[in-house]
Amino acid sequence: MRRFAHNLAATAAIAGVAGYLLAAAAHGAAAGERIALVAAKFTFSQPEIRLKKGRPVTIALTSPDFMHGFSVPDFNVRADVVPGKAVEVTFTPDRSGRFAFLCDNFCGEGHDHMSGFLIVTDD
Amino acid sequence: MDEQRYSRRDFMQMAGVGGLVFASGLPGCATYGQSRPDFNFIQLSDIHWGYDNPKVNPDSKGTLRKAIATVNNLEQPPDFIVFTGDLTQTTDDPKVRRQRLREFRDMAAELKAPKVLFFAGEHDASLDRGEAYQEIIGGPLYYTFDHKGVHFIVLDNISDPAPILGAKQIEWLKTDLARQQPDAPIVVLTHRPLFSLYPQWDWATRDGMAAIDLLMPYKNVAVFYGHIHHEHHHMTGHIAHHAAQSLMFPLSPVGTAPQKTQLPWDAAQPYKGLGYRTVQATAAGTPQRMQELPVKA
Repeated sequence: MRRFAHNLAATAAIAGVAGYLLAAAAHGAAAGERIALVAAKFTFSQPEIRLKKGRPVTIALTSPDFMHGFSVPDFNVRADVVPGKAVEVTFTPDRSGRFAFLCDNFCGEGHDHMSGFLIVTDD
Repeated sequence: MDEQRYSRRDFMQMAGVGGLVFASGLPGCATYGQSRPDFNFIQLSDIHWGYDNPKVNPDSKGTLRKAIATVNNLEQPPDFIVFTGDLTQTTDDPKVRRQRLREFRDMAAELKAPKVLFFAGEHDASLDRGEAYQEIIGGPLYYTFDHKGVHFIVLDNISDPAPILGAKQIEWLKTDLARQQPDAPIVVLTHRPLFSLYPQWDWATRDGMAAIDLLMPYKNVAVFYGHIHHEHHHMTGHIAHHAAQSLMFPLSPVGTAPQKTQLPWDAAQPYKGLGYRTVQATAAGTPQRMQELPVKA
């Protein structure tokens, strides 16, 4: 009996984890890719971000030092990245190519170089 | 909004003249009255005092002095000179910022003109919202003045790091314009382009279209700005926007480089891409003119 109970509990636990993973996978499919990006004087943590055309992406932004901007003018996306706050922008690139993103809040000596590229591919 | 982009050649063809001097979209081309006297002014821009990269400008300490010497010896002295922002290269150190502003101010004092006007660029004022600039150079960050019948409006699109004009300044502009006649000659002076020239390179004012919309009912409006470090002309409807060269380093025009690029010094053509602008308001019946002048070695 004790062994049966143990097996039951283990099965339930496995089912629970599997269910969580399935739910997470389903959520991920709906929300698309999620990318963490840190904006700090005077760089972004990823100078190039590879994305798929037509697939939604969420950029999760943080900043340790200044209210940087995150702007992708070609996709009409921008946000202020307030230190101490998690900021997310979600969008779907509808074109393939190479698109600039930049800090568009003047942040200091290296501001003019604080930029990167989204590389959007067809498949 | 009828927004068009022109190359320099297109713009000159549109104006019907060639060479360095061309008729601009300045206010008064059609309406400048017989009673209004001639005058000219000079636009100096993007001095970036404190910039130090010999591969781009090995004469970073001498270029402004050369321009000042040339301006002081012009055959036709200007009625006034205006610096359209980025007087200094930005620094995160407030003490160095003040030192650079003082050094710039002392050099600009050597200009021989009845009036020398200033306003800030983001390199001067964004990091402290204009505190050091106002302390050393003085005066408000946005203001108006009138000269021989032309209404000049200086707009601040740099003291907020955002960069924006902001609701308060837009309301101030609305109030000021309400006092002008629809055919009043109006010249707007500002640092960044009011229109979205190329936001991918930070060449825009986020709420600049609000100002352009307010200016649109006025028939004779021109905008002079800096920030992009090369000559550029653009029309938003009937309003002409003219960007000036820098006196420290040229930047690549859109479409000529994958990223915003400071153009390297060309030893065969020193000071290439650097210069300043004279703007002439000529006699009634003739158009007003602009001329881009190089820095002489």
